[in-house]
Amino acid sequence: MIWLNGHPAEGRDGATVADLLADLGIEPTARGVAVAVDGEVVPRAEWPRHPVPEGARVEALTAMQGG
Amino acid sequence: MAIDDERIPLTDTPFEIAGRTLRSRLILGTGGFPRLDTLAEAIRATRAELVTVALRRIDAGARGSLVDVLDDCGVELLPNTAGCYTARDAVLTARLAREAFGTEWVKLEVIGDERTLLPDAPELLVAAEQLVDEGFTVLPYTNDDPILARRLEDVGCAAVMPLGSPIGSGMGIRNPYNLTLIVQAAGVPVILDAGVGTASDAALAMELGCDGVLCASAISRARDPIAMAHAIRAAVEAGRLARGAGRIPRRLHAEASTTGEGLAEFSGPEPPPA
Repeated sequence: MIWLNGHPAEGRDGATVADLLADLGIEPTARGVAVAVDGEVVPRAEWPRHPVPEGARVEALTAMQGG
Repeated sequence: MAIDDERIPLTDTPFEIAGRTLRSRLILGTGGFPRLDTLAEAIRATRAELVTVALRRIDAGARGSLVDVLDDCGVELLPNTAGCYTARDAVLTARLAREAFGTEWVKLEVIGDERTLLPDAPELLVAAEQLVDEGFTVLPYTNDDPILARRLEDVGCAAVMPLGSPIGSGMGIRNPYNLTLIVQAAGVPVILDAGVGTASDAALAMELGCDGVLCASAISRARDPIAMAHAIRAAVEAGRLARGAGRIPRRLHAEASTTGEGLAEFSGPEPPPA
């Protein structure tokens, strides 16, 4: 099981970061997006080839209004 | 009512943070605007060149891109680490912001509790030092504590951003004395961050010698945000001009502005009889 933004992503073991972003409707070219897997930044260039390990916590973030 | 911009350079100096020259001394926080088009209009009204953004989880159902709106306004982004309670989380958030927005600049917030949103000084200092080491241009949101401000400058922060009062409180500048001490000692720009409730608070910050003001809620949550955006922009400029103009000293007693010399005497002793 992978945790994507706090929710379980069923059947996505072995998916890449790019695959998981696609699940969220995010294109690989989207601006203002960053991803951390288990507390480490995954650079954009690695999204298509970075497999997300079983049990990983993935945080996919973007710009929101704030302070 | 508009200030003649040509007049301002007579008393002003370029405003620089980490080598970047900013013409506007008002930095706009984007939090609290109910609509993106209101935010865009407020940006135009404030003439801000730098605006803050936060990083949050992607919401697949979100409508309208904040980044696109800000791009259209031609502003630079200042990502923040709002919501972080530890140095570790703030450092990771800053790294993610650098990846997302391609900027080394970060408004560093490490808060201590939810009720006051006051900075956690030890965590803030640890995060600031770490981020400076990693090449970030760090603008820390800090307490109105002159010693902490000095320590933040010592570890290499590009500016210090003391609060006037807690975030969103609108309580203005609760300790102008401490703010003055920070301004006097600082070798980096001082930006008042948090606490502005209305235009006069922003003017006071500039009169006390701050280099700029960061303002979000006072504008975004005003009944008429656009009118308040104009008011606070004018207040920052007014305060800056007043600071340069040199205010008169405060006196306990009155000092007439009209000379007493040549004053007519309408009554008094009768002239001697002829």
